[in-house]
Amino acid sequence: MAGAKLRVVGKAHRKLDATAKVTGVTKFADDLFLPRMLYSKLLRSPHAHARIVSVDTTKALALGGVKAVLTGKDLPIPFGILPVSQDEHALAHDKVRFVGDPVAAVAAVSEEIATEALDLIAVTYEPLKAISSAEEAVAHPEPRIHDYGDYGNLHKLIDLEFGDVEEGFAEADLVREDLFFFEGSTHLPMEQHAALADWAPPPDGKVTLWSATQTPHYVHRALAKVLELPPAKIRVIATPNGGGFGGKSDPFSHEIVVAKLAILTGRPVKITLTREEVFYCHRGRHPTLMWVKTGVKRNGAITGMHFKSLLDGGGYGSYGVASTYYTGALQTVTYPVPRYKFQGARAFTNKPPCGPKRGHGTPQPRYALEVHLDKIAEQLSIDPAELRLQHLVPPNSLTANYLRIGSMGLGACIRKVVEGSGWKQKFRKLPLGQGVGLACSSYISGAGLPIYWNNMPHSGVQLKCDRGGGVTVFCGSTEIGQGSDSILAYIVAEVLGIDPFDIAVVTADTDLTPVDLGSYSSRVTLMSGNAALQAAERAREILASHAARKLEIPVERVVFADRRVFDAEDPERGLAFAAAVQLAEAAQGTVGTVGSYTPPQSAGRYRGAGVGPSPAYSYTAAVAEVDVDQETGIVIVPRIWIAHDVGRSINAAAVMGQVEGSVYMGLGEALMEEMAYRGNRNTVHKFPSLLEYKSPTTLEMCDVVTYLIEDPDPSGPFGAKEVGQGPLLPVMPAVANAVYDAVGVRVDEIPVTPEKVLKALKRKAKGEEPRFGPSTFPDIPWPEPTRVPPPWEGGDGKAIGQKATVATGERRH
Amino acid sequence: MTDPKVTIAFELNGELTEVAFAPHKTLLEVLREDCGLTGTKHGCELGECGTCAVLLDDQPVLSCLALGLACSGRRVKTVEGMAAGGRLHPLQEAFAELGAAQCGYCTPAFLLTAEALLAGNRTPTRDEIKQALAGNLCRCTGYIKIYEAVELAAARMRGEAAAPADESVYGRR
Repeated sequence: MAGAKLRVVGKAHRKLDATAKVTGVTKFADDLFLPRMLYSKLLRSPHAHARIVSVDTTKALALGGVKAVLTGKDLPIPFGILPVSQDEHALAHDKVRFVGDPVAAVAAVSEEIATEALDLIAVTYEPLKAISSAEEAVAHPEPRIHDYGDYGNLHKLIDLEFGDVEEGFAEADLVREDLFFFEGSTHLPMEQHAALADWAPPPDGKVTLWSATQTPHYVHRALAKVLELPPAKIRVIATPNGGGFGGKSDPFSHEIVVAKLAILTGRPVKITLTREEVFYCHRGRHPTLMWVKTGVKRNGAITGMHFKSLLDGGGYGSYGVASTYYTGALQTVTYPVPRYKFQGARAFTNKPPCGPKRGHGTPQPRYALEVHLDKIAEQLSIDPAELRLQHLVPPNSLTANYLRIGSMGLGACIRKVVEGSGWKQKFRKLPLGQGVGLACSSYISGAGLPIYWNNMPHSGVQLKCDRGGGVTVFCGSTEIGQGSDSILAYIVAEVLGIDPFDIAVVTADTDLTPVDLGSYSSRVTLMSGNAALQAAERAREILASHAARKLEIPVERVVFADRRVFDAEDPERGLAFAAAVQLAEAAQGTVGTVGSYTPPQSAGRYRGAGVGPSPAYSYTAAVAEVDVDQETGIVIVPRIWIAHDVGRSINAAAVMGQVEGSVYMGLGEALMEEMAYRGNRNTVHKFPSLLEYKSPTTLEMCDVVTYLIEDPDPSGPFGAKEVGQGPLLPVMPAVANAVYDAVGVRVDEIPVTPEKVLKALKRKAKGEEPRFGPSTFPDIPWPEPTRVPPPWEGGDGKAIGQKATVATGERRH
Repeated sequence: MTDPKVTIAFELNGELTEVAFAPHKTLLEVLREDCGLTGTKHGCELGECGTCAVLLDDQPVLSCLALGLACSGRRVKTVEGMAAGGRLHPLQEAFAELGAAQCGYCTPAFLLTAEALLAGNRTPTRDEIKQALAGNLCRCTGYIKIYEAVELAAARMRGEAAAPADESVYGRR
């Protein structure tokens, strides 16, 4: 396809499911109703940390209309998304670990009766001391929330060294240290989690689960494990997600519970969580305390960087080990860092579990790094845009921590937003109260390694050509609103020369579709897109060979376009696409192909090298404009200019939507969104409602000026890189930097609320440091560092002292 | 379960409809569970997110806060009633064209709220659109494609031959 003129890829398209979505036809999980369906409700813990002494379900079972009640004893096998943290039970087994932890479940003929039955379940708890923050977890190794983890209540401790940072600091003209805090926030998808299970009795003995999940393959695995059923006896269908943002990426208690209840009752069982329960499921942004020390030369070149993070993980593991690695992984992919040290710790606390939210572990350090650089630029009297432009990681290079960079369009991104925003006329030149701030970022286009170790592809596609000219694409990928179903159609349509709407897609059904690992880590366009590309090219090869014979031309001259297959040198000579399929089908039988995608092997071979590698990195730059009211501290963001290097747009309209949606979610995090807990009992969620958990409405959302930079990456289908998460990253630091430009105070804590701005302004008025933010980073019992010489010090990707036989280390996302 | 059902007659999407339901049910529940119209969604069932909005006598209401019983003899319009004669409503067309529906979960409520706006204001400004839609939350789009879709539909409903702006679907060049 190289060099060929693209007819489909890169244009603005309607999505395949657009009509269904605007007519209300799309069936989300809670829209499914089956005959004789029962309704389930979960009883959740009112305690943050307690031992379960007894659970008495007698009265609940006796209530008319109740068909089954489950407790922890009925589902004793633990599960969890990562192999290293199988620490959850569908219903609490011996302990509850946060307010909202599920303890028992009811199936009844109506939701009302199920709710009534919850009140009749008597649970006796023995409360334990609750740990409410990461700092408290560091200070109190006992009582342990879990009986595993690296130290006391510290779930995970990481210490990685790539070169000698002290040497780097010694070479520097300026060494600066800063502390930052990023508060937790949640995904807040408009659709509450819901799942429906059905059971076909033996000899079928099969469970079908429809669920609003981003990862049907992992739910499939978790169900097989906990229900002790062969995977072939379980079918998981991911319904279109009414928003995910990472919040529907774990296997959840309620999914396992309805499957078990369907088996026990022999009837379909549905559960839809209340909005309050969605806040307890959480798996959102980890609250993260960060310390960063960087040495720079007078021209801004970094000589060394030391970064520490402390994450508040909440009650369970979730993706937390990966999240912790991610707080240290991508510091190196934007500006060259010749020597780098990262220490990361994740604490267990008695709060709803944290996990992957859009950007997964990277927005917190990106915020810290970009504000830290803004301060460094000021100290060096260099324009922050120039500082970054002068020191960009080169394309096709290897970073200190062995991440392989392909295409790199950050320079073009910076130039676009600088020019578009009028940066040079505004920065440090606007009247008091108005300001502009700039920040950059990068994100992965899918993780290089799967969540559980295996050698199989990350994405698979089957493709069937119908003799009528239609094509069906089967893929395990999951539509969460980002348009992943349509991506399959655009790519296949491009290769086969047909219209995207000639293509039917069947996705996210473990019985029907080849495995795709799920809609997370911005992997779907690149990975399922490459799988679809391979399947389509194989189909084209089959069709072309028969068409060439018929047309009596060499196969290289066969062109597929406009639903025709024809001679490039004589376009009138050809046949309809359907006729080409019929020709092939008559000659060799049903025309079907497969395609699959496996990412390239990572360059890093050290323990921990599994997090960070990606086939391609997207890049983003943003300028935010702010108005700060010095009386109230209220920050208004009228406009954000953002440029995103997407490699190549497959559907330009959808790319625009992802950029704008990312800016929106970043703006919410920058200004208002926080998982807040009550002051006196700070393990109880303060605002488990959509009204009180503040998110931007139409009245707070800013204008967005978007530039798409297309620096095609050879790893992506037609050069495409990710867009779903990366453009969120620069928004928070750009806003914080703009606030400083406007009123001269640093708010080193996200969200930048009016209260914090006012406190900083008051300190400024008193002549104190004009700053609001954390002041200390606790002492943590770090392990011995893993020392990995960077490539330019002769390193081969392995740690010093690492045995040659050790493989690529921890394979985690 | 134990409450005897009540029956009401009302105009639903232009058709006289009779439906029996437990008297405590909200309009949201009656539409979804008793009329089989699942196009109306819910995000909180507490009147906070706007996701369940429908038109009651042409005015947007939150169906999670309205009792089904209170709709007797009144006119209700849901997203299922927007397309007519096998053709999408201009708002539906514009939302589909611009990608104003990403996950699509909040979309029915946005469409109906926008329809009520355009019924009273053929030429809304961007600020008027923002005000009219301020009670509806969307987590996917950042609202921008939604504003653009409402503006595009409004222009077409005025008879103008409008198309999506190049900058809106390809970015600023």
